[in-house]
Amino acid sequence: MKKTLLASAMTLALAGPAIASEHSGTYAFDTEGAHQFITFEVSHLGFSTLYGRFNDFDGEIVFDAENPENSKVNVTIDTSSVDSNHAERDKHLRSEDFLFVDEYPEATFRSTRVEVDDDGEEADVTGELTLRGVTREVTLEVELQGHGEDPWGGYRMGFDAETEIRLKDFGIPMDLGPASETVKLEISVEGIRQ
Amino acid sequence: MQLRNSPRRFGAVHATLHWLVALAVFGLFGLGYYMVDLGYYDELYRLAPHIHRSVGILLLITVLLRLVWRLADTRPSALGSHSPAEILSARVVHGVLYLLLFTAMFSGYLISTADGSAIRVFNWFEVPSVTGRIKGMEDIAGDVHYWATWGLVVLASLHGLAAIKHHFVDRDDTLRRMLPVALKGRG
Repeated sequence: MKKTLLASAMTLALAGPAIASEHSGTYAFDTEGAHQFITFEVSHLGFSTLYGRFNDFDGEIVFDAENPENSKVNVTIDTSSVDSNHAERDKHLRSEDFLFVDEYPEATFRSTRVEVDDDGEEADVTGELTLRGVTREVTLEVELQGHGEDPWGGYRMGFDAETEIRLKDFGIPMDLGPASETVKLEISVEGIRQ
Repeated sequence: MQLRNSPRRFGAVHATLHWLVALAVFGLFGLGYYMVDLGYYDELYRLAPHIHRSVGILLLITVLLRLVWRLADTRPSALGSHSPAEILSARVVHGVLYLLLFTAMFSGYLISTADGSAIRVFNWFEVPSVTGRIKGMEDIAGDVHYWATWGLVVLASLHGLAAIKHHFVDRDDTLRRMLPVALKGRG
């Protein structure tokens, strides 16, 4: 019995550092299972909130557990997949007045800097957001929701993130009024370790 | 002007339907062209598309009525002064005009109903979606609507210019027999 305990303790001690970095790796977004959402929120005239979604996007997170600041994230969004649950509005959102998807079929985010807070659960991820042909620096407030083995033999890690952008900053010409100049982006993604 | 067509001229019913369709087609085109550039705070931002959709559905009903009438009524024969080539090209243009009309109207309908919602016609009645929600259909239908409506007004303009040419150059009854005026010749 004692021997077994000792062996266990030793195993744990040896495995310790390995466990700490076991979740390092490259995580591909779970596009297939659609465990990923990019939602946008914009006020309608100041009376209510309109929610919409980009249905098609893909990305990758390179997570470095030892040095989280070295982690990276890249996302590519198919702008024509915008979906606000209203066909005429979606058609308008894809037009030159908003996303101009014929000209700019993709929006991208490439992280350039990751600053992790002390408990390692939250981070400010700064990067370049390219939308409607305009590239600007934005900072995502990211929260690590969890990670671990999934029930099907894979290893997953999920994050929530949010940021706010001004439509004018990205050259979106449509004037929706003073209450609707900014759009909040809410992102929730789950990556599967490759 | 009698109600029904005769071998020589169009009757009041056919002529009225014809001019109503012409008015609606050019009116809808102008309204559509204008409304897509309205700003969000324009008074007409919501009203103009509502009128466009409503008149569009009424136009569809009118064109269907016209087709029924066309089948039921006498068909005026071609003017004797027209060459076989003129008669044939007029027939082809009329056929293509009907084709473009239906393409334009159905594609317009499919834009608004691509999310499964119905079209309200002047708050009088609703036309439901037949397809239900189809992802991205509004974009394809939108492209078809754009080109079909442009094609329609261009071809309808040619059709009108041809009638004007017959009236002022050939001085025949082509235009007169679609109007509530007396015919000039024997046709």
